[in-house]
Amino acid sequence: MKLRHLMLATAAVAALSGTAQAENVLKWGANRDIGSLDPYSFGDSFTINVLNHVYEGLVRYSKDLKIEPALAESWEILDDQITWRFKLREGVTFHNGNPFTAEDVVASLTRVSHETSPLKGNLPAYVSSKVVDDHSVDITLNGTYPLLLNDLTNIHIFDEEWLTENDALMPTDVGAGTEGYATYNANGTGPFIVDSRQPDAKTVFVANADWWDEPQHNLDKIELTPVNSAATRVAALLSGEISFTNDAPVQDLPRLAAAPNVEVLEGVDLRTVMIGFPFRDALTTGAPNPFKEKAVREALYKAIDLDLIHQKVMRGKSRTAGATVAPPIPGYVEALDNLPGYDPEASKALLAEAGVPEGLEFEFNCLSDGLVNEEQFCQAIASMWSRIGLAPKLDVAPRAVQSPKRTNGKTDVYTLGWATLPLLDSYSPLLQIFHSKTGNAGVFNWGGWSYPELDALIDAAGQELDLEARLALQTEALQMVKDEMIMIPLHQQPMAWAVTGEVAEMPLFADAKPRLWFARMGAGS
Amino acid sequence: MIAFLLKRTANAVFVMLAVALLAFVIFRFFGDPVEMMVNEQASLQDRVELRERLGLNDGFVTQYTRFVTNAVQGDFGISYRNQQDVMVLIKERFPATFELVLVATVISLVVGVPAGVITAVYRDSRLANMLQLGSIVGVSLPSFVVGILLILAFSVSLGWLPAFGRGETVDIGWWSTGLLTPSGRAALVLPAISLSTFQVTLVMRLVRAEMLETLRADYIKFARARGVPTARVQWRHALRNCLMPVITLTGMQIGNLIAFALVTETVFQWPGMGMLFIQAVTFVDLPVMAAYLLIVSFIFVALNTLVDITYAWVDPRLRDDSARGNG
Repeated sequence: MKLRHLMLATAAVAALSGTAQAENVLKWGANRDIGSLDPYSFGDSFTINVLNHVYEGLVRYSKDLKIEPALAESWEILDDQITWRFKLREGVTFHNGNPFTAEDVVASLTRVSHETSPLKGNLPAYVSSKVVDDHSVDITLNGTYPLLLNDLTNIHIFDEEWLTENDALMPTDVGAGTEGYATYNANGTGPFIVDSRQPDAKTVFVANADWWDEPQHNLDKIELTPVNSAATRVAALLSGEISFTNDAPVQDLPRLAAAPNVEVLEGVDLRTVMIGFPFRDALTTGAPNPFKEKAVREALYKAIDLDLIHQKVMRGKSRTAGATVAPPIPGYVEALDNLPGYDPEASKALLAEAGVPEGLEFEFNCLSDGLVNEEQFCQAIASMWSRIGLAPKLDVAPRAVQSPKRTNGKTDVYTLGWATLPLLDSYSPLLQIFHSKTGNAGVFNWGGWSYPELDALIDAAGQELDLEARLALQTEALQMVKDEMIMIPLHQQPMAWAVTGEVAEMPLFADAKPRLWFARMGAGS
Repeated sequence: MIAFLLKRTANAVFVMLAVALLAFVIFRFFGDPVEMMVNEQASLQDRVELRERLGLNDGFVTQYTRFVTNAVQGDFGISYRNQQDVMVLIKERFPATFELVLVATVISLVVGVPAGVITAVYRDSRLANMLQLGSIVGVSLPSFVVGILLILAFSVSLGWLPAFGRGETVDIGWWSTGLLTPSGRAALVLPAISLSTFQVTLVMRLVRAEMLETLRADYIKFARARGVPTARVQWRHALRNCLMPVITLTGMQIGNLIAFALVTETVFQWPGMGMLFIQAVTFVDLPVMAAYLLIVSFIFVALNTLVDITYAWVDPRLRDDSARGNG
């Protein structure tokens, strides 16, 4: 290409973007693309988060992450204690103009809980739903269950008529190898409308002028572009090609902060990073498993210099944690957050007392594509454990490789990050991680522990409709987890977003989900 | 000739089957796609059922046979992650990769051939030495480093060219092209240069070696003796005789470029097949990974087979020799 052409081309691009800025286009450079336009097609919270701009649930999270009415105006639990009646908002229309009615809710709930839906786990207590009248719907559960609203924040409502017309009432099924209309098209009630989509290149959303709610944003358009490579993302932000990223790489933060036109938004994620122990009879080496002893777990806990990890590995940006859930999560109380204190001498004494042989070998399983700086903090912890006379074998690999080992008990000590999503409640880790493996519970109980007393507390909480009483039960359970040191919490990890000067307001959410219906761009920039 | 053709085709089919087998063996180490597909709240039962539905519990031979049978009919299933037909996904991405490779090839010829001639004709001149030095840099710098340097210089510091993406594209039938819009062309410049750096030096070195050889030939001396202008001898008579291997190499390298475009595409967020593959690997999207490997190896095999057949057609001596393989 001739240089002259090239410069003309660049000038044209500049001119184009110049006019575009006049109408408030937020150029969002994410670290990956959404899987499809169908939120029910893949169990992926980023896709659900992005599509939440297009589709809405019956309830939603407010700016301070409290549950508030969205497509439902109010709700009540009927006398049988297992049926919830939702009164739906009137006058809401889908992007194609169809009115929103009770039929839509039933169709959506049926679709998401269908056998082939990868998201059916998101509605664990759901049994059935039925239309009461045009704007009321009854949802029946399998028992008394307090967290239905939390679940519903992530269940997007489709238009029944639109689904029927396009033969998309059932979710897509990879097993059968069929595609679906909703994979390529979207029709929600949300603040933004999908304008166009080129997978892995660009998805454009335009503001919905007919949104039922008073918009707090002043965006006209969102252009979502995946930029997978961290270096390219930083470059694009510096050159102004993107105006927002929800993944500013930790190592580039000083550089971004120093740039005149970029603002870094830092916060602490809700995700608590923990270390889990095996409770099986033998280690992977075949040796008897000492981690079943609480004293040994305590020894490992006290051998970790949490302060050093906070200062050096996490560059002072993490929040050292004593509890297995973050402070904003219901169920947390300050007493849970006590730290054990770094004391390697005490650790050695504990190990000796428990009769753990010097140089005990065990596997330490970490992800290379998991938590923030995971590889580094795993290395640091492994060397801290070596200092008290143990011989951890660090095993670092991508999630896809490590997951089967972890779920099948083919490893010993492991890391786990838990943000309590999508519930945003301490019931989530209690049920998914700390409960014994039974039925739906304890899916992430990789160590294989079982505390009947703890299970009883969690089960009671899972049926307690009174909020205060439920949280008291959960706090008690969390205290038990802490006392028994089933898992040791390390920290809540840092998160960082970055925006250019064009963006005036971008609220940072502790669950790391951008909610651009609260974003504002500077006037006249 | 027919026997030769059959033999080459049989070879090609065998290579393809071997690639498919190898791909399948490798996939076993990639981990479990189910863990990536379901969300936190899925129960163990859900996971087991999904694994069963995807046919991941079947034996190795059953899975391989099923894959090959479907692949022969052009059916690679649907992507685990996107829930889209894999062939459609690849068809959507192919134009992006192809245009990138095409432009990189053109750059490699336009820059590499003259540079090769200059280094051969003006040996030991300052320009030639600089070009030689530059070619060492070109060979030794990995293309992602070149890419990031280009982005730093032309996007961040100078702000001339976009750092990522493909710009606006125009659809012509199912083919989407970025060559027809200003932003599409601007977006193509940096990735194409970064992809072509290695190729430029390869072409340059090949032309240089061939030129040095040719310039010693008798007909060049005769041409000089006849009083043909030096430049004309060098750029027409000599260069033309050097181009045959360059064209062959360029043709064969197209396969390579398509495969190596993967790195460039990752750096520049170029929505091509390589990008698709990288994402498929992250999500253990087996259908996409399998289809990509097969299609890229098909391009390789097809190019090689074509070259072999052309050679045999041009040079009958090779036909009898075919058993020893000339690929």
